[in-house]
Parts: sequence; C-alpha cells; structure tokens
Amino acid sequence: MTTGQRVRTLFARHDAAMLDSWLEAQKRTGIARPDLIDESQRREESGQILILLDRALSDDPPGFPDDASWDALRMHLEQLAESRAVDGFSPTEIAHLVLTLKPVVFERLRGEQATSPTETWADIEDINRLLDGLALFTIEVLQRSREAIISRQQQNMLELSTPVVTLWDGILGLPLIGTLDSRRARQVMETLLARIAETQSSVAIIDISGVPTVDTLTAQYLTRTAAAVRLMGAECIVSGIRPQIARTLIDLDVELGELPTRATLAGALALAFERVGRSVIARD
Amino acid sequence: MTLRQVSDLVLLRQRLRATLSSADAFTLTRILTVASELGRNCVVHGGGGHCDIEPDAPLAGHLRLRFVDTGPGIEDVEAALIDGYSTTGSLGLGLGGARRLSDAFDLHTASGRGTRVTVVLACSA
Amino acid sequence: MRRVPILRIGDCLVVTVYADLDDGSAITLRDDLTREVARIGARGVLIDVSALDVVDSFGARMLGDVARTVSVMDAETVISGLAPAVAMTLVEMGVTIPATRTALDAESGLKLLGIAVARGSAPPRGPSG
Repeated sequence: MTTGQRVRTLFARHDAAMLDSWLEAQKRTGIARPDLIDESQRREESGQILILLDRALSDDPPGFPDDASWDALRMHLEQLAESRAVDGFSPTEIAHLVLTLKPVVFERLRGEQATSPTETWADIEDINRLLDGLALFTIEVLQRSREAIISRQQQNMLELSTPVVTLWDGILGLPLIGTLDSRRARQVMETLLARIAETQSSVAIIDISGVPTVDTLTAQYLTRTAAAVRLMGAECIVSGIRPQIARTLIDLDVELGELPTRATLAGALALAFERVGRSVIARD
Repeated sequence: MTLRQVSDLVLLRQRLRATLSSADAFTLTRILTVASELGRNCVVHGGGGHCDIEPDAPLAGHLRLRFVDTGPGIEDVEAALIDGYSTTGSLGLGLGGARRLSDAFDLHTASGRGTRVTVVLACSA
Repeated sequence: MRRVPILRIGDCLVVTVYADLDDGSAITLRDDLTREVARIGARGVLIDVSALDVVDSFGARMLGDVARTVSVMDAETVISGLAPAVAMTLVEMGVTIPATRTALDAESGLKLLGIAVARGSAPPRGPSG
C-alpha cells in the first residue's frame, strides 16, 4: 500500500530541526549509547535514514521493502542493524531507533494546515505503516545476524565424533566421510591437530575416498590442515585421490604444493613408513 | 582496560586467560590472538585507547571485545582488511585475520576521529 | 622485561620461550640470539615454544626475523613444540614463518639440528617444516 502524498511531502521537507528533534528523542529513550556511538556517527546514520526515506518516497513506491526504490534505504538499515548486532543491541533498542521518529513526525503533522479528520486519520495510518515497517525490518536483520552467530556456535557443539585412527606408531589416519561445511572442517582440523600432539605422531594420512566431491572448501581444508600440521613439526599425506578428484583439484586451481598425495591408502601408508624410517618386510 | 603501550597487551592477555579459564585451548588461543592483533593496532596505530571485555548477554557463550582509540582513524578500510600481512614488513593491520577468526566483526572509523573495532567470539566449547 | 636464557649445546643454541613475552622482551631475545649465533658461529638455533598459548603476528615476525638473520650466517632455525591451537590460528590468519623447520618437540628438534649439522651422516628422517 503506497504512502499518501501529504505524508510524502512531510518527509520531503525533512530539515536539520527534524533531525535534531529525532536525535533528542533517541537520547531521551536511552538508546543513544554515547559510550559506544559518538554523536557525529549517530547524526550521520539517522540523517541518512531521512535522506534515503525521502528519496524512496519521491518515487511513490509500493509498501516497504518490496520495491527497487527502497534498495538504498534497505541497505543502509541493514548495515546499521548488523553493526548494532555486533555491539549487542537488543531488538527493542534497534526498533526504538526508528520508532522514536514517530513523535517527531506526528508533531510536524500537527503543525500542518488543518485537514479533515478522515485525511488526518489516513496520514496517521500511513506514518504508522511506514515507520513500523522500517522498525520491524531492523529487528529482523538484527535477529538474523544474531542467529547466524548462534548457529555457528551450535555447530561446534554438535557431538560429532571425528574418526582419527592410529595406523601405526607415529602414523595417524583420518578418513573424511561426506562433505564438509566450514564449522565441521574446523572441528575436524582441531581434533586431528590435538591428536597429533597427544600421540606425538609425525605423519597424518587424510583419506578423501569417502568424499563425493571436492569443492573449494574441502580443498582449503586440506591445504590449511597440511600447513598447520607442518607448523607443528609433523606432515600430512592425502590419499584416496580418484582421477575425477585430481581433475577437480586442477580445475579449482588448488595449490597443493609440497603436500604429497597418493591414490590409495596403501600407497600413503608406504610413504608414511618411509618417512618414519620403517619398512615392511615379507616373512618367507 | 586501558591500552597505552605494548606492554599492556601482556596484561590484556592475562585478563583474558583469567576470564576464559574454562575454555578449550583452541578457543583460548583464538581469542588471545584476536585480542593481540586488535590491541596492538590500538596502541601502535591508534595512539592508545581502551579495551572492553564483556560477555554477550543475549548470546550466551560468546565474548565481546571492543577496542577503541582516538587516533587518526583508518584511511582506507578496504585496503586494511586485505591480507597484506607478511612477516617481512608491516603490511596489513592484521584486521583481515582478526575478522576471519571472529564470529562477528564490526569496524567504525573516521579520519581524525579514531577507530572502534568490535568482535564477538564464541567461548564455550 | 624478561630476559630469556640461551643455552648452548655443541654448535647449537637452544631457547625455551617459557612465558608470554611482551614486545620488548621478544625483540631482546631476537637480538640476543642473533648476536650469539654470530659470536660462537653456531650452526643451528632451536626455539621451543611449547609453553606458549599464543603467537600473534608480531611473535611470528620475530621468529621469522631470527630465522632469516641466522640463515645469512649459515645457521638453521628449528621451531619446536608449536601447540595445535597456535598452529591452527596462525594458518587461519594466513601467517607463515618462513625459513624455518619445525619439530614436534625439543627432542626431535635437536635431532633435526644434530643430523643437519654433522658431516657425512644419514639424510634427515624427520619431517621438514
């Protein structure tokens, strides 16, 4: 539902006085947080909202946020809300940022030339719908940001066992099964590194024959893990590289560098034995 | 806590160790590293400032670190976030790395008005 | 300010970084080490960091400085005992420590240096960093 002409004009006439009143109202509600946000930043952020709001309204767009005209304002509010999310603002606090604009706007409306009650009523409805929409949007962005942070943590808390096996004295094996997302990748890396330290193993064989496809994330996991293992003073061998995987790695332009790879676990194990100074002798 | 000189970074790390006594090694190291990088920026590039350490109330199990300085501010934020880090020079401000290690990252800076970097990190295993 | 003691074992210098060093102490250690290498003509330096729960970009730079400087003097640097958490964090940050080899612990580190230094011995069997 579009916003009526009268209200659009009202916002078009935003000036320094309106901004000042709004900033005052924010301060009175206690959401100004001068300890976190300096005055000039607050002035700039709120001022931008008024400017972008006016600009969007001048196109007479349908309701926020479903139209390209709202893009600039939406992006600005998004950035603002995401930033506040990191600062620890509550949904109420972020909503108040926009809602404190209401009394300021109503004051302006009151000062306008008297119109019929029906028109005044319509104007009030317009203002409420508009500003409520913006406020709700900021709450949603804030919630989304916080949920993203929480879900990261929850992934870490999942009790997934990482199957690191001791193949031989000083040689560990890690069969990767399935696909990795970034949290699981981190968790698996942590477990492997910790196990290397615990067992003082010098070689870790990462077998990827159970990984259906190697994407950039998996490739990054392999190179990062190898680098970390090397920093610790041990080394990695990657086994289970099927021809398709080898092709994918080339396609992805993955720099495996010094990281040795073998097609089979047996091949990797043979190399590992060499590295730890052992050989397998057949008993006749 | 105040961050005036680089030796304050050791105190900052001590404070964090005390706060994170029940955290696992990976979490502790990650947080100590982020704090060291951002704290160093604050002192070396920002002329000193302070660091707030607070649990993130609504997000249980997260720690918020806020580094504030009143220094010259960061001219080119985009460039600062690029991994120009090298052990040979002082390229890069370690900001890119700190952001990657953190669960949430927010940076406010303005020329001549100082810099504020806020990070949120999970701290329960 | 802490001064980290430098031990001499044969042709090599061994340092155990036992605590969280402030920048000043780290710089002093770097300078002390490089000076000692020059003074005795050391063939190798072992820096054990197993007591550290954090190595930030500055710390990594100090380690790299030592390694580069002593390599000009024909000495090798081995860093031993880097904790899993520290190794992982350095990698996640994209920080590398060039010109060094690494070892799981001080003992393997010494072995690495011992083998590298002695003439006509078997090729190094330990992992290289």
